Amino acid sequence: MSNEATLHGHPEVQTVHEVHHDEHGVHHHKETFITKYVFSQDHKMISKQFLITGMIWAIIGGLMSVLFRLQLGYPDAHFQFLEDILGSKWAKGGQIQPEFYYALVTMHGTILVFFVLTGGLSGTFANFLIPLQIGARDMASPFLNMLSYWFFLGASVVMLSSLFIATGPASGGWTSYPPLSALGDASEGSKTGMDLWIISMAMFVISSLLGGLNYISTVLNMRTKGMSMTRMPLTIWALLFTAVLGVLSFPVLLSGFILLLFDRHAGTSFYLSDIFLTETNKALPNEGGSAILYQHLFWFLGHPEVYIIILPAMGLVSEVMSVNARKPIFGYMAMVGSLFAIAILAFLVWAHHMFVTGLNPFLGSIFVLLTLLIAVPSAIKVFNWLTTLWRGNIRFTPAMLFAIGFVSTFISGGLTGIFLGNSTLDIQLHDTMFVIAHFHIVMGVSGILGMFAGIYHWFPKMYGRYMNNTLSYIHFWVTLVGAYLIFWPMHYEGLAGMPRRYFDYSQWLSFNQFGGLNRFISTVAMITFAVQLLFVFNFFYSIFKGRRVMTRNPWGATTLEWTAPIRPGHGNWPGDIPEVHRWPYDYAKDGRDFIPQTEPLGPNESAH
Amino acid sequence: MAQAIPAGQKWWSGGKSPFNVEYGKLMMWYFLMSDAFTFGAFLISYGTIRFSSNSWPDPNEVFRAFPGMGGMHLPLVFVSLMTFILIMSSVTMVLAVAAGHEGNRKKVAFYMVLTIIGGLMFLGCQAWEWTHLHGEGAWWGRNPFLNVNGSRASTNFTNFFFTITGFHGFHVFSGVCINVIMLIKTLRGDFDRRGHYLMIEKAGLYWHFVDLVWVFVFTCFYLL
Repeated sequence: MSNEATLHGHPEVQTVHEVHHDEHGVHHHKETFITKYVFSQDHKMISKQFLITGMIWAIIGGLMSVLFRLQLGYPDAHFQFLEDILGSKWAKGGQIQPEFYYALVTMHGTILVFFVLTGGLSGTFANFLIPLQIGARDMASPFLNMLSYWFFLGASVVMLSSLFIATGPASGGWTSYPPLSALGDASEGSKTGMDLWIISMAMFVISSLLGGLNYISTVLNMRTKGMSMTRMPLTIWALLFTAVLGVLSFPVLLSGFILLLFDRHAGTSFYLSDIFLTETNKALPNEGGSAILYQHLFWFLGHPEVYIIILPAMGLVSEVMSVNARKPIFGYMAMVGSLFAIAILAFLVWAHHMFVTGLNPFLGSIFVLLTLLIAVPSAIKVFNWLTTLWRGNIRFTPAMLFAIGFVSTFISGGLTGIFLGNSTLDIQLHDTMFVIAHFHIVMGVSGILGMFAGIYHWFPKMYGRYMNNTLSYIHFWVTLVGAYLIFWPMHYEGLAGMPRRYFDYSQWLSFNQFGGLNRFISTVAMITFAVQLLFVFNFFYSIFKGRRVMTRNPWGATTLEWTAPIRPGHGNWPGDIPEVHRWPYDYAKDGRDFIPQTEPLGPNESAH
Repeated sequence: MAQAIPAGQKWWSGGKSPFNVEYGKLMMWYFLMSDAFTFGAFLISYGTIRFSSNSWPDPNEVFRAFPGMGGMHLPLVFVSLMTFILIMSSVTMVLAVAAGHEGNRKKVAFYMVLTIIGGLMFLGCQAWEWTHLHGEGAWWGRNPFLNVNGSRASTNFTNFFFTITGFHGFHVFSGVCINVIMLIKTLRGDFDRRGHYLMIEKAGLYWHFVDLVWVFVFTCFYLL
C-alpha cells in the first residue's frame, strides 16, 4: 500500500500501524535535491522553509524599524551613508524623507505581523510539530502543504519587489485604510506599491487558507492510536485554534481587499464618498460609500490576527515551560478552555480598534465589555504558567528563559490592554505611542519571544544539532532588557499625548521634551537589532557546525517527536507509529523524572 | 468493480474520532465555511451600504428583460429561469453522487455531463444578463437606473451587483472546471481503481455550496 493511500484514508487505513509499516522506512522513496530541499512535500522541510523565509523577513522588517528609529531619534542629523545607499529620492541629504518614513512604518508593520509572526511562526511550528506530536506520517495533504509555502513565497516576492519600484511601497499604514489607500493620486505609496501590497496579501491569504485547512484536518483526523484530543500537547491545541481563527477571519479580509481593488481601478465607491483631493485640486464624483466599512472588514481579520500570532506562542511556551520545570503543566483543561475562550472572543471584539471613528457609543460599550472579558482567559493562562513554575525543578535552558520572558512581557503588555479596552480612556490614548507600546510588548515581543523559545527548544529536533548556549544567553538578556527599554518609555510618551506615526516630533513644543528619550529608545533599538543578528549567526552556524545531538530525547520530554530518530526521514518513524497511552505531562510522577506518552499505564495508575 | 464505502467505515486510526470522515471531505467542509465568510462579508457590506442609502433602485424595474422578447416587461422571469437551471444542476449532482455510491461509472458520467451542462447554461445566462445590463449603460462605476423614489441613485447598486454576482459566477466557473476534471477522471476509471467515488462527493459539496450561495445572492439582489 502506497504512502498516498495511507494519507488519503484508504479503507484499510485503520490497520496501517500493524501491517503497512514496511514501506514507511526512512528511505522509502528516492529524493533528489529538488524534491528534498525545494519542492519538498515533507512537513519538516516545509517548516524549515517557512522558518528561514520568516527569518529573512524579520531581518528586513527589523532593519526598517532601525531606519525609522534613526529618524525619530535624530530628526535633524544628516547621515550621508543613507543617501548613498537609498538614493536621493528617499534619503535626500542623508535625511529620511516623509514619504519614505511612512513607507517604512507601513512595511515594518505588514512584514512583522503577517510575514514573520503569522507565516514564520504558525507556518514553522504548525508544520513541524503537528505531525510529529500527534503521531502522523505527514500532513493530511502534503501537496497542499507545499502549495501553502509556495504561495507564501510568492506573496513574499511580490511584497519584496514593491520595495524597489519607482513610487515606493505601500505607505498608508499596515491597515491600509481608504480613502488614502484607494486613491492613487493621494500619495506616492498609494500608486503601484498599494496594488502590489494587495496582490501580495491576497496570495498570503491563500497560503494561510491552504495551511490552515491542512492543520485542522490533520489534528482532527490523523492522530495516532490512543492520542485522544485531551492527550494532545498544548502546542497542538494552540495551533488548532490558530488555524481555525485563520480559516474564518482571513476570507473577510480578502473580501475587503477585493472591494478596495475595485475602488482603486474600476471607479466604484464602496469606501469612497464626498472627497476633495487637494493634490489634484478636484472634487471626486464618488458618493454613497463608507470608509468605516473597510475598517470593519479589516479588523474582523485584524483582531483575530493578533491571536493568530499569540496563540502559537502560548502553546510553545506551555510545552517548553512544562518540560523545563520538570512539572506537569498546571491546569491542562483550563489551558485548553482558555485557548477556546480566546478563540471565540477573538471574533467579538474587533470594533475596539474603532472607538474613535464615530462608532455608536452604546455599541462601543458592548465592545468594551467583550474586550475586557478577554482578560479572564488571559489571566487564567498567566496564573497557570506561574503555578507551573512554582516549586518546579527549573532548568534554565535558553528556550526556558525565552518562555519565562514571554510570560513577563505578556503580563506587562496585557495590563495596558485593559487601559486601551476602555472606550473612554481610548479617547486620550488612541493613536498615541501608548498603543505602540501596548501591542509591541503584548503581541510583537511576546510573539517573537515565544517563537525564539520554540526555535531554541526544537532546534535539536530540526537539525540534529544544538545551538550555542553562550550566544543564546546573550541573545536572551539583551533582547528582553532591550525590548523593555524600547517600549516602556513609550507608555509615558503616549500618556503625555504623543501621537504615533508622526515623522518629526521636534516640530511640536509639547513633544520637544521627549527628544532625549527618543534618542535613548533609538539607541537601544539598534543594539537590540544587532543582537538579533547574533541569533541569526548562531542559527546558521549551528545548522552546520553545532554540537551533535547524540540521544533521541535530549530534553527528557514526554511527547512523541522525541521518540522519532534524531534526524527523522520523510514518514517520521521507521516502522510503526508509536501508540499513545497517557497525557503528555507526566513529569515528576511516582518518583520518576518523566514518563513518555508511549509508555503503557502501570498497574497502579489510572488513565489521564 | 469496487463497492460503495461500507457504512461505519472507520477513517481514523486513533482511539475515538470526533468526525468519522475522510480528511479531504473535512477539508472541503472547512473550506466551504471559509468561503461562506467571504460571501458573508460581501453581502453584509452590501447590506451596510444599502441601508445607509436614502433609496435604492427597484429590482423589478432593472431586471425585467428576457432574451428575444424585446422590450416586454417581464420582471424577474429571466433570473428565475437562471435559478431554476442552477438548482436542477444541483439535482443532477445529487444523482451523480448517488450513482457514485452504487459504483456505477456510466451513470456517474451521465449525471456529471448534465451537471456541467447546467453550470454552463447558468454561466451563459449570466453572460447574457451582464451584456444586456451593460448595453443599458450599467457597469462598475456607472448606474443608469433611478431610485425607487425617482431620485438619481449612487453607483453602488451596480458596483455591488457586478462584484458579487461576478464573484459568484467565478465560483460557478471554477465548479464547472472541477466537474469537468471529475468527469474525465470518471471516464478514465480512476475512481473504480481507487474503489470509491469520494471525489465526486467532494465536488458535489462544492457545487451545492455554490448553489446555496446563489440563493442568498438572488434574495439580496433580486427579491429585496
